[in-house]
Amino acid sequence: MTASQRYRCQLHQSAAERSAETHPLTWRLREDSALIGLDEYLDKDGYAAVRQTLGSQSPQDVIATVKQANVRGRGGAGFSAGMKWSLTLQGGDLPRGYIVCNADEMEPGTFKDRLLLEQLPHLLIEGMILGGYANNSRFGYIFLRGEYIEAARAVTQALDEARAAGWLGADIAGSGFDFDIALHTGAGRYICGEETALISSLEGKRANPRAKPPFPGQSGAWGKPTVVNNVETLCNVPAVLRHGAEWYQGLSGGLSNDGGTKLYGVSGKVNRPGLWELPIGTSGRELIERAGGMRDGRALKTWLPGGGSTGFLLPEHLELALDFDTIGEQGSRMGTGLLTVVNEDQSMVSLARNLEEFFARESCGWCTPCRDGLPWTVKILRALERGEGEQGDIELLEELANDLGPGKTFCAHAPGAAMPLESALRYFRDEFERGVTHPRGAAHEDPIPVGEV
Amino acid sequence: MATIHVDGRAYEVDGADNLLQACLSLGLDVPYFCWHPAMGSVGACRQCAVKQYKDADDTQGKLVMSCMTPASDDSWIAIEDEEAREFRASVVEWLMVNHPHDCPVCEEGGHCHLQDMTVMTGHDRRRYRFRKRTHRNQYLGPFVAHEMNRCITCYRCVRFYNDYAGGEDLGAFGANDNVYFGRHQDGVLESEFSGNLTEVCPTGVFTDQTHSDRYTRKWDLQFAPSICHQCAVGCNTSPGERYGDIRRIENRYHGEVNRHFLCDRGRFGHGYVNRDDRPRCPEWRSQASDESMTLEIDAALDRGADVLRSARRVIGIGSPRASLESNHQLRELVGAANFSTGIVAREQACLERMARLSRESGLPTPTLRDVEEHDAILVLGEDLIQSAARLGLSVRQAVLGRREELAEARGIPAWNAEAVKTLGQDNYHPLFVAYPTATGLDGIAEASWALAPDDIARLGFAIAHVIDAAAPAVADLDEATRLEAERIASALLAARRPLVISGGSLGSEAVIEAAGNIARALSRRARDGGLILVRNEANSTGLELLGGQPLEWALDELNTQMADAVVILENDLYHRLPRERVDSALDLAEVVVVLDHQRTATWNRAHLGLPAASFAEGDGTLVSLEGRAQRFFQVFDPRYIRPESRIHESWRWLHAVRAGMLREDVSDITLDAVTLDCARRTPALAGIVEAAPGSDYRVEGLKLAREPHRYSGRTAMRSHLNVDEPRTPQDPDTPFTFSMEGYNGFERPRKDVAFAWAPGWNSPQAWNKFTDEVGGHLRAGDPGVRLLHPLPGGYDYVREIPSSFARRDGQWQVVVLPRLFGGEETSSRSAPISERAAPAALILSADDAQRLDVVDGATLVLETDTGRVALPLRLDAALPAGIVGVPAGLDAAFSSGDWGSLFIGPEAGLDAMGPETGAHSKGPETGPLANDDSGRDERADGGEERP
Repeated sequence: MTASQRYRCQLHQSAAERSAETHPLTWRLREDSALIGLDEYLDKDGYAAVRQTLGSQSPQDVIATVKQANVRGRGGAGFSAGMKWSLTLQGGDLPRGYIVCNADEMEPGTFKDRLLLEQLPHLLIEGMILGGYANNSRFGYIFLRGEYIEAARAVTQALDEARAAGWLGADIAGSGFDFDIALHTGAGRYICGEETALISSLEGKRANPRAKPPFPGQSGAWGKPTVVNNVETLCNVPAVLRHGAEWYQGLSGGLSNDGGTKLYGVSGKVNRPGLWELPIGTSGRELIERAGGMRDGRALKTWLPGGGSTGFLLPEHLELALDFDTIGEQGSRMGTGLLTVVNEDQSMVSLARNLEEFFARESCGWCTPCRDGLPWTVKILRALERGEGEQGDIELLEELANDLGPGKTFCAHAPGAAMPLESALRYFRDEFERGVTHPRGAAHEDPIPVGEV
Repeated sequence: MATIHVDGRAYEVDGADNLLQACLSLGLDVPYFCWHPAMGSVGACRQCAVKQYKDADDTQGKLVMSCMTPASDDSWIAIEDEEAREFRASVVEWLMVNHPHDCPVCEEGGHCHLQDMTVMTGHDRRRYRFRKRTHRNQYLGPFVAHEMNRCITCYRCVRFYNDYAGGEDLGAFGANDNVYFGRHQDGVLESEFSGNLTEVCPTGVFTDQTHSDRYTRKWDLQFAPSICHQCAVGCNTSPGERYGDIRRIENRYHGEVNRHFLCDRGRFGHGYVNRDDRPRCPEWRSQASDESMTLEIDAALDRGADVLRSARRVIGIGSPRASLESNHQLRELVGAANFSTGIVAREQACLERMARLSRESGLPTPTLRDVEEHDAILVLGEDLIQSAARLGLSVRQAVLGRREELAEARGIPAWNAEAVKTLGQDNYHPLFVAYPTATGLDGIAEASWALAPDDIARLGFAIAHVIDAAAPAVADLDEATRLEAERIASALLAARRPLVISGGSLGSEAVIEAAGNIARALSRRARDGGLILVRNEANSTGLELLGGQPLEWALDELNTQMADAVVILENDLYHRLPRERVDSALDLAEVVVVLDHQRTATWNRAHLGLPAASFAEGDGTLVSLEGRAQRFFQVFDPRYIRPESRIHESWRWLHAVRAGMLREDVSDITLDAVTLDCARRTPALAGIVEAAPGSDYRVEGLKLAREPHRYSGRTAMRSHLNVDEPRTPQDPDTPFTFSMEGYNGFERPRKDVAFAWAPGWNSPQAWNKFTDEVGGHLRAGDPGVRLLHPLPGGYDYVREIPSSFARRDGQWQVVVLPRLFGGEETSSRSAPISERAAPAALILSADDAQRLDVVDGATLVLETDTGRVALPLRLDAALPAGIVGVPAGLDAAFSSGDWGSLFIGPEAGLDAMGPETGAHSKGPETGPLANDDSGRDERADGGEERP
């Protein structure tokens, strides 16, 4: 396969549209989608934020700026990065810990980090140096989704370049700050995107999440203070430090209380799936328009605002600002901000079954509701899909969706799985009801034959 | 303390607990699975959900997992909240999704925590209608059976096995609803504590394989509070009997000793009680060469009285595996001047030094629970996992305790198990081990040294000298050892509570005294330390306190014909001294009377053999290595199912024999009377009367039940013998009944609990109902009484320090290495233990083997003045050159410190290595091997030339 045939993340914005002042994440990207190496990155104001910050600002200043800019976690949770950094323990006899970049992008329908990793890895490295500096980290890890072969190649090359040029290693840019980064390619579990499971996996253990508190900032990887941030979050940091918190806040204009831009995207039954860097708070309608509208002339039935673990929304929600708070108020989550578009021909039962199969399979198996509840929903959904549902199945699904909700499970995996299920049942109950064809039967109608497993 | 409000009532609790611990300690029922009092909380199962409110005015509340929520002051929670109840019922429903409905054929049934919790949460209707997930099971060895389909994925097994006990061959595999707990492939579980999986597992995944062949439900077993007889630690056990056999050993909670866990020798080593070849009736033979004949009791007593009465002088040989009462009664029979402890002289000398140090070292002996509170530990000359395994497990917890200290400094509560582990990583309290080879605790030791016994002692003396310059210095100490001694000494001095552990495993008085000097030095430096000394057998400590001559003296009295009769109590002399030595003494004895519960080589020499009770059929008192006198109680009456049986406690036999000798009528005798008499006659044992309540003890006017109240089949179990149901056997010796009648509850505090049961709690988790707080002490206090206490006084150091170990040309020093499996006499007679025991081998350093040009597995013959044995060679990377390791329990001809020669042996005859059939080779196939290089004709390096 030649390089030109290889799939590349599609940013559907011309170079002319993108500028350093308005598109902090993507303004450096080339029209030809080629990797931006160190020289080109330096030409495009690369590592300027590091040069400007290290040695002249204290880590506390950096944290204050990021906090003021209110960079909210772009991995989907929306927690303030500056706030997270301010909670990382430092000083005294505490050991220097780690900054970990969560590049295990595995949320269904999400492909935004991939763009930055494949084409602009130096931006991430610069963000991690700044984050490492702010958090007094001794070492950085990029925990990369294993299937992102191209990204691994790009990041490896960038790390080598940066190290050779003195941007990594001892005494970075003469600042006295020692820091280096290693790439870790994951072995392929969705749960590794959960920050504490990611740390467990990084340590070589089962990818089980950890109870909080203690938070990773108190006791993270190998028991040391650790901060985990998403790729896009870290890629925002250089610009925030270069141009200031106020500038960053202003990027979203009047669209949202949140600052900055968001790397949005659309996939599904649209004409032109892809990515756009837009002010945070851009509406779903604009995104679908930019994606060329619905494909084949079919009508929009429903959409997921930011990945498989977010709740379904209706066409009536398209005008809403896509930001953390606004979407949260609708009983969904903005998540990663990459829309999955569903048209009128698609079955909600099949869609829910497909999603729950994924989440059930990707459960780490630690806590009971997730481990044993999700597979049950899958089996009921399969029965409904085949038209073999029993009376009470939908009520049981609702009960399970509720019991898999926040606070009841060990981590956010099951609540993430419950959200699309619950919202699909709420908005499209009739589709599920059509699968109910039997009265309530007895358990064990399908016993395992003796001697066979 | 903190005040928490539960369902509207205020309670005072320990604010350092989590809410689950606090509620359980209050006696409230909250269901749980993944939490365990010894292993803390991980929040995995979600079963212990309760509603928590912000304050008194909050009516909304939210669900929290009580195990992961601190019991902070002014907490408001509801267990009975509707949402919480429904969620808890849902959790059990999920756990049951794949759980087979095989309770009727499941060996966990009846003491299953999952059953209890399912009933407690009210889940009783199955809604899951789809196919269940199934697994394949594994062969895990002779101890533990595996049935993975029952698994509810609570993760307790791997947390115990790996985190708590340090095992490495059990893991969690797979993900989602397909998590598998097992080994990477079929095979024997390596951990010496694997049996605890059967109690840690809340359901029937891991069950007792030794019980499986002849299985009985817990409610159909008859139990008594017992003490493990398989080593000197004194773990409390609950043996369960049915149809005259011990079916299983369960852990009996003791807040200061074993708490929740036993070692595998203790749990699975009881099979000797059930052997078909056990003597069950008196046996008589006039001549050693005659076939024995069976006698009735009266005839046996008459013969015994007659032959002993006509003897010139009777020697009594006691036993450290028999009760104090039986030993005492033997001493009464023969007189103190004629009484031997049955322990060989060298071991007895060690025991005497240890007993003195327990009083006169200046440091107290900690309990096992207290061992876990120490923060620097030195082990001299013991591989604790082999010689006192349960103590080794406590040492492991002490070493891991560093993590909890680090966590506390970071505000992480000790119960937050995974967080403590994450923060602590491999930070341990310092542990130093010196032993001739690698030990089971080396993996968590800061440093370990493989040294010859004399060098272990020298290291110890050197440490003492560093701690206190007044302690004698070690002459000719090499610089490296001096530096190591300084390193260890500074770690002990830096500790809040340093602990020194040594013992008699190597048979070296110098090692023990070196430990004693360190203890004295620490004591003089006013350190709040401890000294714990490992004894060999269940009642070694007690026999030393009782006093008596060593075994060699007894044989000498016979050999020199100073005595012509001997009464041997529960002791196989062939296990202690070379065969020729024992044979010659017994050949000369006119009368040999043996009391034992095993058909040993010694029993086979008896003119009169009297069938003694094992721990299962008799009562008595043992003194553990910490100096704790503990009573074990008869589990069942052997005549109930086997009316032909004439088994009695040795002390009862000996009382009757004595009456016969004195031509008196045999008066009634009870345990209380013997115990009291023993205490009166031996001032050091005065306290043993208090070790347990007497037979007149009652709770609410009732005796205590040995059988659960659901015990079934009593009217039918003897119907193959007689349809008349006999009267329930009476027990004049103890407060227990051989019946389900009697008190069995938990509300009234009591120390001696036959089996733990509380309404709704049928599993071992019922112990939480008997303790003052979960993981605490029995509410009535923990059983037993300490006999050894530090006595104030100015004790001087021991000044005899051995010179350093010097290799000899063509000679190897023998070191007998204790073995958990196969190294102890009675448990070795149990099939699962002998199956588990590693093949016997001679152990040699790789250097020596290379020099001798022998390879791993080659047959090697060891010959000393007292014996000769041919065994395969096993290379040992750690063992010092010049030493040959011999496994304990193999052949009494060898003892530590002997010197012997090695030969390359014959290839045949290696498979019969049992204690009775040690392979004695016919003769050397080659000349003796030399352990220097002179015998080798080529030298690789072409270096210095030898003249």
